[in-house]
Amino acid sequence: MITTPVIRIAGLRKSFGDLEVLRGVDLEIARGSIFALLGSNGAGKTTVVKILSTLLTADAGSAVVNGFDIATQAAEIRESVSLTGQFAAVDEILTGRENLVLIAKLRHLDHPGRIADEQLERFSLSDAGGRRVATYSGGMRRRLDIAMSLIGSPPVIFLDEPTTGLDPEARLDVWQSVRDLAHGGTTVLLTTQYLDEAEHLADRIAILHEGRILVDGTLSELKALMPPAQVTYVQKQPSLEDVFLALVGRRTAAGNNPTDTAAPAVAIPTAV
Amino acid sequence: MNTHSLHDTTTLLGRSLRHILRSPDTIITTAITPIAMLLMFVYVFGGAIDTGGAKYVNYLLPGILLITVASGVAYTALRLYTDTASGIFERFQSMPIARSAVLWGHVITSVIANLISLVLVVLVAVAIGFRSPAGVAAWLAVLGIMVLFTLALTWLAVSAGLAAKSPDGAGAFAYPLLFLPFVSSAFVPTSGMPGAVRWFAEHQPVTSIVNTLRNLYAERPLGNNLWTALAWCVGLLVVAYALGVRTYHRKLA
Repeated sequence: MITTPVIRIAGLRKSFGDLEVLRGVDLEIARGSIFALLGSNGAGKTTVVKILSTLLTADAGSAVVNGFDIATQAAEIRESVSLTGQFAAVDEILTGRENLVLIAKLRHLDHPGRIADEQLERFSLSDAGGRRVATYSGGMRRRLDIAMSLIGSPPVIFLDEPTTGLDPEARLDVWQSVRDLAHGGTTVLLTTQYLDEAEHLADRIAILHEGRILVDGTLSELKALMPPAQVTYVQKQPSLEDVFLALVGRRTAAGNNPTDTAAPAVAIPTAV
Repeated sequence: MNTHSLHDTTTLLGRSLRHILRSPDTIITTAITPIAMLLMFVYVFGGAIDTGGAKYVNYLLPGILLITVASGVAYTALRLYTDTASGIFERFQSMPIARSAVLWGHVITSVIANLISLVLVVLVAVAIGFRSPAGVAAWLAVLGIMVLFTLALTWLAVSAGLAAKSPDGAGAFAYPLLFLPFVSSAFVPTSGMPGAVRWFAEHQPVTSIVNTLRNLYAERPLGNNLWTALAWCVGLLVVAYALGVRTYHRKLA
């Protein structure tokens, strides 16, 4: 599969005062893929995302997003991308629906009310749409946040640590939303510090460490970097997450959509 | 300039007006302190202050109006702080909207909210005996000066709100503003003040603004006070605006 990458970054550098955060980042991201940028806290993930969404300017290097240069075509880039920051940037005093209408209006779209209702439906927030966001749970806020980002169907979405601070159920909901997005052809650049998140979601993974990309490839390519696997026999124990989800029941709408709770009762595996 | 400026400003203005509508307490709180001061000065201290024959509530009102605005813009700073801290400013910033719209939405909201508080204060003043023989033109001039003064303090609030590190810090800039009227002709004539204090009182902005408002609604000649007051308001507005825009660029651009 040979396509022009939708995001191409070359030699990106950024310092804050004496602190050199990015020391020459190179990346290419294919259209319609989920790309995970992994790194520990302070590795510079957010800085990369902020530069790509024109919130920060780079000290050196270049980046092209959806065919537009970040240095000279900021306005076009803002039309092409949508950023969901680390903390759900929603308006707490407005209702969920009003938040969505606000963003639709600011993207200068026709029928903002209809768009808002569609997004509420899509993210299972219809029942909560008329309530102020201050009353929402963390998972609902994050879903609303992502719903707001998707208004206007920008071809590229940046999700900066989308599941930080979420409970396991809400996390799975977000993962599903991300998968749906990529199926629809949207390119998703995801930053995360959770290794399993990258492992579950991403088509390609890059590890950002001390301002540089250490490795970049598919999960199997990254695994191939390690010595060949040794065959060992281990007893398969359910993870705490398996136990938690089996006990509380896997719900798709994090508590506001009781009709979906009729998921098959999961039997806790006792022996494998 | 972005062709969407007006549309975006209206949209964001609608948003922050809705905030005010949903927490009308901010308008009430803004008005309550000045109203309490109005009552206290009229009924407690007023009897001991010699203003040269004028009814004390008439003498006092302009200073109270300025204090109302000074306490009202603290909420403006707080709203800006909240938008910065919650990340919603960043979201707006990453969208294809007119950059100026983000600030102007807040600024116009501040002017509207302060005008509502001012009306409340004037109504209380009328209830306790404030009367004015002035006509529509004079009152429009009063309105004009108050809007100019509110705009100037609002742009100061923009800088304070954007630069603040905590919600308490956002409103702190307003405290000194609240005290300026006390060292002016707002509550007592400056003629009774000792040398240096009197010099300061007669040369700081509040005195000229207060004297102008007082003369306007008393239908007395305005003299140089009007020009001094306008110069202070416009000068302050220009400096505050430049500072606000600079803080904004430093913080978010």
